[in-house]
Amino acid sequence: MKHNIYIYILVMFAVTYLIRVLPLTLIRKEIKNKTIRSFLYYVPYVTLAVMTFPAIMEATNSPVAGLAALIVGIILAWCGRSLFQVAVLSCVVVFVLELFL
Amino acid sequence: MDKQKNKYYYLKGIKNGMPICLGYLAVSFTLGITARNAGMTAWQAMLTSLACNASAGQYAGFTVIAAGGSYFEMILMELVANARYLLMSCSLSQKFSPETGLLHRMLVGYDVTDEIFGVAVSEPGKLNPFYNYGMMTVAIPGWSLGTFFGVIMGNILPANIVSALSVGLYGMFLAIIIPPARKSKVIAALVTISMVSSYIFSRLPVISNISSGIRTIILTVVIAGLAAVLFPVKEEYEHEA
Repeated sequence: MKHNIYIYILVMFAVTYLIRVLPLTLIRKEIKNKTIRSFLYYVPYVTLAVMTFPAIMEATNSPVAGLAALIVGIILAWCGRSLFQVAVLSCVVVFVLELFL
Repeated sequence: MDKQKNKYYYLKGIKNGMPICLGYLAVSFTLGITARNAGMTAWQAMLTSLACNASAGQYAGFTVIAAGGSYFEMILMELVANARYLLMSCSLSQKFSPETGLLHRMLVGYDVTDEIFGVAVSEPGKLNPFYNYGMMTVAIPGWSLGTFFGVIMGNILPANIVSALSVGLYGMFLAIIIPPARKSKVIAALVTISMVSSYIFSRLPVISNISSGIRTIILTVVIAGLAAVLFPVKEEYEHEA
């Protein structure tokens, strides 16, 4: 059976959109349960940390450059640098290091 | 009423959306190459990016298309690859003031990505939807145009530029999770535990074969769940964060 590319795209859109929009539209009230509140409060930190490492080492041509970007990024963020600065300087670290590696 | 405030958040969103846009250009460029390999035209690939705004979900979808899989297989694949957005949207729903209207919720829901979610939740207090609109204004063109050019230009961008740009998104994540970790020992410990577990999961036999989307979900539910039970958040602390 031959599949239509536009139906594929429609299916991808429908599933992706519903996953995102249902919680936003159905959960209208503030959740009172303390454990659930705490869980949802911790979710972003855990998710972002899990997605950052070790993926950052696999995103670059050289894993060492990725690791260096991670360390530099953590130090800069710890010192209170802005989102933009941390993002851009991490890129610079990789670019410069990979010239030599 | 709060036109002034909406404008402030919209402009702030555009500013903080710029690194997202740059990172997206690089990532979606490589996504475009995947789409071309799946036999898609630049227009079709760009349409997919405009409709989905989902990196892992689109990669997964393109593999289904390349293999000529069934529509049912596509549904399952998208559910799995995008399931983490369900958690993020649940979390984001608590950042909205209860009065936020349906239209705002539907528009914000159109572009809940790892990056936009990360920046939106790091904003103290309630979330103004215009902050998201600002980010979306620059992020969506970055994502879809990057995909478009990835299909038509293939490997024109030098590999070392792509390599450097691809780290920008992770730098952004760090800028979101590290400052709160400095203030809270619990968050600092959670970030460390999360990274270590994520590394172990990626190396263990069997578990490393599970898709990275699913691994992210499992680790998030387990680690954030345990933390919620062991260290329930105090109300006043929650408001500042």
